[in-house]
Amino acid sequence: MAKANVTFEDINVTVAVPAGTRIIEISEKVGAGITYGCREGDCGTCIMKVTEGWQNLSEPSVLEDKVLRENMAGKHNRLACQAQVLSGTISVKPA
Amino acid sequence: MADTPRSAALYPETAGAVALSERVYWIGAFDPDLRTFDIILKTANGTTYNAYLIRGSEGVAVIDTVKEGFADDFFARLEAVADYSDIKVIVLNHLEPDHTGALPELMRRAPQAQLFISQKAQTMLKALLKEDTLSFTAVLTGDKVSLGDRTLEFLHTPYLHWPDTQCTYLPEEKMLFSGDVFGCHFCDTRLFNDLAGDFRFSFEYYYAHIMRPFKDYVIRALELIEPLQPVLIAPTHGPILRDRPMRYIQRYHDLSQPSLTLEKQPHEKTLLIFFISSYGNTRRMAEAVYAGAMSVTGVRVSLYDLEGGEVAPFIDLIEYADGLLFGTPTINGDAVKPIWDLLSSLTVINLKNKLGGVFGSYGWTGEAVRLVEDRLRGLKLRVPVQGLRVKLIPTEDELADCTRFGQELAEELLGLRKSKIIDFADLA
Repeated sequence: MAKANVTFEDINVTVAVPAGTRIIEISEKVGAGITYGCREGDCGTCIMKVTEGWQNLSEPSVLEDKVLRENMAGKHNRLACQAQVLSGTISVKPA
Repeated sequence: MADTPRSAALYPETAGAVALSERVYWIGAFDPDLRTFDIILKTANGTTYNAYLIRGSEGVAVIDTVKEGFADDFFARLEAVADYSDIKVIVLNHLEPDHTGALPELMRRAPQAQLFISQKAQTMLKALLKEDTLSFTAVLTGDKVSLGDRTLEFLHTPYLHWPDTQCTYLPEEKMLFSGDVFGCHFCDTRLFNDLAGDFRFSFEYYYAHIMRPFKDYVIRALELIEPLQPVLIAPTHGPILRDRPMRYIQRYHDLSQPSLTLEKQPHEKTLLIFFISSYGNTRRMAEAVYAGAMSVTGVRVSLYDLEGGEVAPFIDLIEYADGLLFGTPTINGDAVKPIWDLLSSLTVINLKNKLGGVFGSYGWTGEAVRLVEDRLRGLKLRVPVQGLRVKLIPTEDELADCTRFGQELAEELLGLRKSKIIDFADLA
């Protein structure tokens, strides 16, 4: 299975993960600082900043875009519970 | 709320608007009986909900409204100085309900008025009014609206006290309508700072609870406000500052500086270790963590036993520390109360991106460390090293682990800790 490297900048840890893994699954296991609530793309608690490899994540859905807008999210912010890793290298940190 | 309202003699029905100048009026409301605001704030003097009306040659502007229950007072004062048909502009500097309670009714009475809010207020307005078809103009610093011979200029001052907050400046009169900035909960019908009773404590208390978590934003806002050299500051709560208003700007400068000073080298980092211990086991862990952290040059480490301290002075220390470690035993599946008392008191300061870590001894199940780690993440601290748990009395090896834990976190503070690469399959 294709793998990607996700770096959690706040704790200085990089995790090699299979493609398709959602960021929140990794963040939770590795103890990074991305907090979460509903895990269903609704509450906006898990907004994170993607500092590198934005294009290596799945495209945001219409629903995710709406939640990001409602939460006044900045450029290159994503919901960790929705963004799936595709390939390459990605760096994230809590928004 | 007090059981009985204040006497009519002390707080008479002052139905009229109060002139700030020939063209500017206070049209707010007095709430002398309020004792608790927003759950977190006490007030010994009630509060005022300040709203203002500005008359230009080509129309009237209303700046902010009042809490819903005080709408009658607001409308009575407004009607004393203007007709609803005169109102061209409504400005909301802050959307909290104590300033927008009368907005829906005002918009019904003055449907022609154009509503101006900050960029960040847009989604909040919809959530407050539950009306998707509402028409408004979102503004940023530098945007202006003309009332003919009077102009309103907007200043984007986010987080003072909500993300949406802004100030509105009236250059022709050098008046600043500052929203919650420079406000306080103090009800005095004499309204102006040179006439009202002594509200110094209320001013400082309000800053400490509302503005302190956002000191960086206060400093940025002051950079916009100070060059204006306003001759009058009209906040949404408490006295209107017409006597030497620059003193209050200077006071905000002073309050936004560290309350305690520490003589340290420019590149030195500070690490505070707080612990509490019932049988001395968590204490031994704390001392080992302390020794490990102290072995790293360039980190100033301090150790505090929460049993011997009070929360308030620790908050002052924590505000400007770079890293915070907490040692707690587990009792009945939870961290102990002094730890939670401290952690639940930190919302008045900005903790974002400080380093955090947790350790503790336990007898049965040891939940406290994970619970406190989650709390630290919720407070936006970084928790880069998994917490240390020791069952009952720490062995020499376990104390050595504590020493390494302290050393690793101190190195992390200095950016010396090596990055880790892990395979997802190896994570529990």
